[in-house]
This record gives sequence, structure tokens and C-alpha cells, in this order.
Amino acid sequence: MQYLLMLYADESGWGKMSRAEQEQGVAAYGAYTQALKTAGVWVGSNRLKDTDTATTVRLVNGKSQVLDGPYVDSKEQLGGYYLIETPTLDEALTWAARCPGAGHGTIEVRPVWGMEG
Amino acid sequence: MQARDVADAVARRSYGKLVAFLAADTRDVAAAEDALSEAFAIALAEWPVNGCPANPEAWLMTVARRKGIDGVRRRRTGEAATAQLLMVAEDQASASAEAVTDVEIPDKRLALLFACAHPAIDIDIRAPLMLQTVLGLDGKTIASAFLTSPDAMSKRLVRAKQKIRAAGIPFAIPARDELAGRLDGVLDAIYAAFAEGWSDPGGTDVARRDLTSEALFLARLVVAMLPQEPEALGMLALMLHADARRSARRSADGGYVPLADQDVSLWNAAMIEEAEALLRHASTLGRIGRYQLEAALQSAHVERHRTGRTDWTAEVQLYDALLALSGSPVVALNRALAIAEWKGSAAALEIVNALADGGRLAQYQPYWAARAALLARICAYSEAHDAYDIAIGLERDPEVRRFLQGQQANLPH
Repeated sequence: MQYLLMLYADESGWGKMSRAEQEQGVAAYGAYTQALKTAGVWVGSNRLKDTDTATTVRLVNGKSQVLDGPYVDSKEQLGGYYLIETPTLDEALTWAARCPGAGHGTIEVRPVWGMEG
Repeated sequence: MQARDVADAVARRSYGKLVAFLAADTRDVAAAEDALSEAFAIALAEWPVNGCPANPEAWLMTVARRKGIDGVRRRRTGEAATAQLLMVAEDQASASAEAVTDVEIPDKRLALLFACAHPAIDIDIRAPLMLQTVLGLDGKTIASAFLTSPDAMSKRLVRAKQKIRAAGIPFAIPARDELAGRLDGVLDAIYAAFAEGWSDPGGTDVARRDLTSEALFLARLVVAMLPQEPEALGMLALMLHADARRSARRSADGGYVPLADQDVSLWNAAMIEEAEALLRHASTLGRIGRYQLEAALQSAHVERHRTGRTDWTAEVQLYDALLALSGSPVVALNRALAIAEWKGSAAALEIVNALADGGRLAQYQPYWAARAALLARICAYSEAHDAYDIAIGLERDPEVRRFLQGQQANLPH
């Protein structure tokens, strides 16, 4: 089953880190991605740019409405995701706990609504 | 003491005893738990007003019984002692809070532990089941500790309790001839709870840290009730050895400190002494087993760090015996590390490489960290770097992750 691991954290934290801490952080994510790939559970992953780069689009009365900024203003923002494939939720939670993001934010784990229903 | 404090203290000390006693005949653990939690709720409302009863345990038991789980037992109570006990307790609960009695509720917790670890109960739910029924831990705490969703955990717990009732799993201490085998199941479940708690080396995660102390409580309970079972003694010794090093596992600034670099003066000498005494007693009982061997290896660690001397041949022999008993790949890995000290890194790497083929260690962080360290020692730095990557990616403790990143960064390029 596929699970989306959504990484929420306070995005202002990154700018407050020293260069060395940032490098260590990036390396930790790199190692985590490598571990997922070695275990054969990695499907995809990306880091997102900060929410000030976000734009929302929706249809209002038949007209597209485009707005600057994120859909939800919250203390912690979606900063990236991993899409993984594991047999059960428990394995997905085990991988979520290993994600460096679990140490400085929250990982939301959601099963993907696949073709099997 | 405040009524709430008394209730908390009784809950801590007597929860399992009351559940075990209430459920012993009906085998309906869920009903016993429900009745007991109602009784606790009533206690919290009544005790602050009317004062705490002299025998809070008996009071709670009586109220819980009145909550209706006991219709069956009332009809078929055969044991005179139980009948009298219930009568006394009932009197007491209805009498004023001043009443003093020596009513002792029979301790059936061990029987409850054997029911929780019965072969018919799924092996993965045994430890959570014990933590809930004997210690009263709530489902959410247990789920977090075992990294499972609270919803899934509570469903599994409910199913296990239904199984105890529906399948007729006895609340009994097994007969002499099958005791040792059944006890292994109980010990393994307690140790699983301990190991989950242990995976938080800093002791910063309260749910996990509590789990080690809860598991120690259960281990002590088993030892107190079965003082002549060498494996129970061995397991308690093993836990005490590990727990004795708790505060040495973190540096002043919170960094992770591996065993080899720990400050021996931070180890808890009293716990180590207790562990050694338990192990000596176990060895006089003439039946070796997994936990005694693992505790003996911990003794060897202590000896090595205190004296700086190690008899690696003896240590490898202990691992050989343990591996023969358990067939565990984790034991095989640790044995390989002892062999590294004895016969060199190349010999150890050969074993470690062979272990990879089984696949069972593929997601075990210490396997990759050990492999990386051995590769570094034979100057295979690039391979070591890659192995550290996997170890770092598999680790969930940020401090341990940082430690491994430091090891990786220190590799010569």
C-alpha cells in the first residue's frame, strides 16, 4: 500500500540554523532517502519551497480566482513529502519515525487512495 | 494525602491485582477493567468528601464488583476464603472510612500474565496486553510506544481480550512440567516492552521511558513470585545492567555516548551489584537460557570497562551458546563484533556480509553502523560512507543520528 508522508514544520526554522546545521540536516535527509531506496520502499519525494512562493487557484462562480500565498496559514507548514510503499500502516509509521522531520516537526501519514479502492 | 494521590497510588500498586482478581473466574478482562475504572471514578468523587477508606483496595474491589461483573462468580464461588473475603470487603466498603481491616486481596497477577502471554494470543500483542491489564496503561500511550496507530492498537487489544474470554484461556500458573516453556512467553513479552522503552536512549520521550520502568516492575513481580526460575532472574539482571547505564548514555550537552566511550563512574553501582547477585543465584539453579547468557555478556562489558581487560574468547563462547539457543541475527551480529576484537575486522566482515543475505537485518540500524565501522577499519572508506548513510537513514533518535553523522564525517576521504 502506498502512503504519503507529509512533513510539517515551522519553515522559519531553516533560516535560523547555522550553515553547518543546514548541511547536517540536508545530509540526514539524503541518508534517509538512501535508506528508503535501499529498503525498496521509496516511490517519490520532494522538498517544497517556502509558503511565500505559494499560489492558490480555484473556480468562483465559473471564474478562476488566483491568490497569493498558501491555502492555510498555520504555525507549521507543509515543507515536503515522501511517497512510500509498505505492506501495512505500521511499517509506514516506522519509516515516518525515522524521518529527520519527526525530530523538528510533525509527519502526517496518509494512505493513498489507490486503484484497489 | 489527598484523595487523588491515594487513588493514584492505589492505581499504581493495585490496578493489576484488582483486574486479575476480578477477571480470574469470568476471564472477562474487558469487563473487569470497565468495572474498575468506574470504581476509580466513584472513588475520586467520594473520597475527597467522605475521606479515604482504610483499605482502598478492598473498597475499590467491592465497588467494582457491584458494577455487575460478578453475577456469575456470586453463584459459583466455591472457595470459602474468597467468599469470606468478599463479605469482609463488602462490609468494609459500606462501613465508615475509619474501619480498619487486614483484607488481603489474593495476588493473581502472575496468572494474568500467563493468560496474556498464552500461546493462543498473537505474539505481538502480548506485551501491550500486559501493560494494559496489569499496569493500567492507556491505549494511546501503548500505541505510541510501539509505533502503532492508537486506533489499530485498541482494536488489537479488544480482540485479544475477547480471545481470552471466548477461547477459554485459563488464568492459571502452568504446571511444573510446562512452566519453563510458558514462562519464556511471559518473559519475552516483558522484555519486548523493555526494549521498546530502551530505544529512547536519552530518556526524553516520557512514554518510552516509563515503559522501561513498567517493564522492570513486571520483571520484579515475576521474580518475586517465581524466585527459583533462573531465566526470570536472568532477565531482571539483564534489564538492571542496561538500566544502570542510563545516565551515562548522554553527555552533558545531550549528545549520544556509545558504550565504549561511557564514563564508568556514571553507571549505577547498586543496580549492577543487584544484577550480579541475581545472576549468581540463577547460576546455582542449573538451567541456562537466553536471558542468563545475555546478562552474562553484560557482566563481561562491565568487567571490561572497569578493568580494561577482556577475555574475547570467553565472550565469543557466550555468543556461540546464545546463537545456538536463539538463532537470532542480532546475536549473530554482536558475535561478529566480538570476533572483530579477537580475530580482526576482515574475519568479522565476512560474517557480517553473510548476515546481509538473510535480509532480516536490512532495516536494523546497528547492523549498518557496525558494518560501516568495520569497513572503515579495513580502510574501505567509500563503502563505509555508504553504509553510514543507511544507518543514519534508519535511525529515529536525532542524537544518535548526529553521532553517526559525526562518525561518517570523520572518515578519511
